[in-house]
Amino acid sequence: MYVEWIWGLIGGLLIGLGAAVYLLCNGRIMGASGILGNLVERGPLDKKMERLIFVVGLIGMPLLLRPLIAPAAQTHLTSNISIVILAGLLVGVGTRVANGCTSGHGVCGISRFSLRGIVATVIYILAGALTLALFRNVLGLI
Amino acid sequence: MMRGLFAFVAGSLFGTGLLISGMTNTRKVQGWLDIFGNWDPTLAFVMAGAIIPMLLAWRLTRGRTPLVGGQFPAKPSMEIDRRLVVGSVLFGMGWALAGLCPGPAMASLSYGGINGVLFLIAMIAGMLAAPPLGRQLDRLANAS
Repeated sequence: MYVEWIWGLIGGLLIGLGAAVYLLCNGRIMGASGILGNLVERGPLDKKMERLIFVVGLIGMPLLLRPLIAPAAQTHLTSNISIVILAGLLVGVGTRVANGCTSGHGVCGISRFSLRGIVATVIYILAGALTLALFRNVLGLI
Repeated sequence: MMRGLFAFVAGSLFGTGLLISGMTNTRKVQGWLDIFGNWDPTLAFVMAGAIIPMLLAWRLTRGRTPLVGGQFPAKPSMEIDRRLVVGSVLFGMGWALAGLCPGPAMASLSYGGINGVLFLIAMIAGMLAAPPLGRQLDRLANAS
């Protein structure tokens, strides 16, 4: 079990390093929902290039590394299509309305002691824990 | 040009970190939220690991400008508004149901199967539907 914590810590450091590069070099906050949200909204293409290249690295590097670490590369996502679609819609709407997700509010917000980042993180973890308790432990759906 | 290179490096580090930390594994994320069941603390280690370099990075921004030029992000607002609260509740619900948030949903695209693609499409649809809901929340705030 403790091996998974170590991989979590190492992976976390890499995530933080990526966020630090994006901040110190490009002057931007590495928030996954903001980057993708901006890409899919209408707007000038030249401003989107940086975000597009970011997403290429984000999707491409796990694709290249997957053969080396095959056991880790499994999502175990539910096969229940209704749950998948409902969850995707909620994550998409929620992160854009709140203007951030686990990376933007969580990693980048907490590390600068942003009140909004800390409050958002507490709220989405509490809402998530209650939802999981309801759908898994009471309803048995997930 | 340099901006694109740095964006690629940042995205690649982010994707690699998400993969090896186990955060694209929905069972580990749902395990973190399962505080009344079989709780899995891995996410806390990932979060702590990610915050450490960023504490240093925010410190380094003081009195400097980004490497490619321009300005660092302005000081964050202190306002806790309806958007932040309602949006975070909706996000947390979706996060728990599938065990995916936006970063891992993109990082796992090459191995998440057809349902992973479906999640990403639904998430983008949700993102495009968000602005009207945000405006509705603002109207409620102004009315009260």
